[in-house]
Amino acid sequence: MSIDKETVRKVAGLARLKLNEEELERFTPQVAGIMKWVEMLGEVNTDKVAPLANVVNSELKLRPDGITDGGYQKEILANAPESMEGFFVVPKVVE
Amino acid sequence: MTELTNQTIAQALEGLKKKEFSATELTQAHIKVMEDTRHLNAYITETPDLALEAAKESDKRIAAGKMGALEGIPIGMKDLFCTKGVRTTAASKILGNFVPQYESTVSGKMLAEGAVFLGKTNLDEFAMGSSNTTSAFGNVISPWKRNDGSNVDLVPGGSSGGSSSAVAARSCMAATGTDTGGSIRQPAAFCGIAGIKPTYGRCSRWGVIAFASSLDQPGIFARNTEDCAIVLKSMAGHDPKDSTSANRPVPDFAAALTGNVKGLKVGIPKEYNVEGIPAEISDIWQKGIDWLKAGGAEIVDISLPHTKYALPTYYIIAPAECSSNLARYDGVRYGMRVEGENLNDMYGRTRAEGFGSEVTRRILIGTYVLSAGFYDAYYIKAQKLRRLIHEDFVNAYKQCDVILTPTAPSAAFAVGENDDDPLKMYMNDVFTIPASLAGLPGMSVPAGLDSKGLPLGLQILGRPWDEETVFRVSDFIEKAAAFTAVPQMVIKKAA
Repeated sequence: MSIDKETVRKVAGLARLKLNEEELERFTPQVAGIMKWVEMLGEVNTDKVAPLANVVNSELKLRPDGITDGGYQKEILANAPESMEGFFVVPKVVE
Repeated sequence: MTELTNQTIAQALEGLKKKEFSATELTQAHIKVMEDTRHLNAYITETPDLALEAAKESDKRIAAGKMGALEGIPIGMKDLFCTKGVRTTAASKILGNFVPQYESTVSGKMLAEGAVFLGKTNLDEFAMGSSNTTSAFGNVISPWKRNDGSNVDLVPGGSSGGSSSAVAARSCMAATGTDTGGSIRQPAAFCGIAGIKPTYGRCSRWGVIAFASSLDQPGIFARNTEDCAIVLKSMAGHDPKDSTSANRPVPDFAAALTGNVKGLKVGIPKEYNVEGIPAEISDIWQKGIDWLKAGGAEIVDISLPHTKYALPTYYIIAPAECSSNLARYDGVRYGMRVEGENLNDMYGRTRAEGFGSEVTRRILIGTYVLSAGFYDAYYIKAQKLRRLIHEDFVNAYKQCDVILTPTAPSAAFAVGENDDDPLKMYMNDVFTIPASLAGLPGMSVPAGLDSKGLPLGLQILGRPWDEETVFRVSDFIEKAAAFTAVPQMVIKKAA
């Protein structure tokens, strides 16, 4: 399936990237070219192959769900573009 | 005495111990080179004052006879490692003003051993690139020049291009890197130095800004194998803060350099003899085979049948993980914010303005392959191929102990040369990506020069957790190759 500008526009929306028309024009053939190239994976029959998500062949360990650290409000807010009274400030969300 | 900036770490530690020079003098000498080589743009943030303070502390510890394993050694820190109180950008506009409030595990471990950090080295934006031409802080230039008098600027490789350029230019003795698909091995080859990506899980990823978490692995550049072995020991080890970090002992890597490869089985994968591989690359590969044979190693022809699918597999998995990891940059908790009409508009403007083209491209691809209706066809399919590629290596290591290949399909190219075509750029990592997908340790060592006087590297891949054999073979090749070439600018400076 070939990817067109409208598909890229939709994907950019999902990724919260506000691209302008010029950028959409530029990225569309590049994304389409890469997606066409990866189609070569279709040559390989993988019906009986299980997906591999992680090469660390060990089970992820569980730890007790306890509080071990904390109290860093100042540090956590240190890089915030905008903060107030210990909170992150964002544009109005609820009308 | 060897010039302070032209010795190995092993020599420098010896010199410091014998008090032939102080850590402060060693640091000052490297700061001088850092300042003299600013045209390479290898550092995003220089921290000479912090470095001199650290060197002073090192001198006190040396005087007290309490030397750490990296005591007083000037090191460059890839600007992807969070460093407490020192701006960390990932070479992105979106993190241009980010100052971490904590220290990454790896950099913290190095500091605990007495390392002196000179600054934060440049990289491709979020470590995405193979030429260090995607940094929001400008291109990094290699200290190497072609010998045809053209004087054209060459790329240092990527993504850890600032680190490789700095180590080659002698503005630090070692520099950290991260390798997701070849980002340590390829720049090491381009800059004529040594670089190792250890087994996935050997070094903690905690505090390393994430690109593709199932592939990212910290590692190190230095001017020879022994120095890499010395530094890696201080970086490695279990960290409860990284669930994929392995709980296993860290060997004394430097002790593995015996110089003996007798009886070792070295696999040569036929699939790496790709169509159109330049003769100079095949020749250096053959030289590597001949050296090992002469040293008593047994050369075994092996097959890694799914090799040609590694690159497209990677360019599904890595962008998928990238799009997920980079979702956090939304202008709320850290980094840049561009105001908008509402919350969604603010996200969209912030991200469109904050990310460069290569990162945007990968987020688009990653979002596409993870989106409803395409997830199975692309992402799950790629994970299945990843298993087949992994199994290729498992089968190969039944026949051999290490695998020898070229590191990259060419020597360093000119800045701008492959920029027009992302696919052409991706081909740079054709020899490094398969081992990344399998999580294997891999090292590049300089093995010779091409006809234009540029370094070429050989790649040594090992079994999981067997960095020791990788180091042993790399050291052997390095000595057999007797590679002593240095960039013209370094020779001129010394003269």
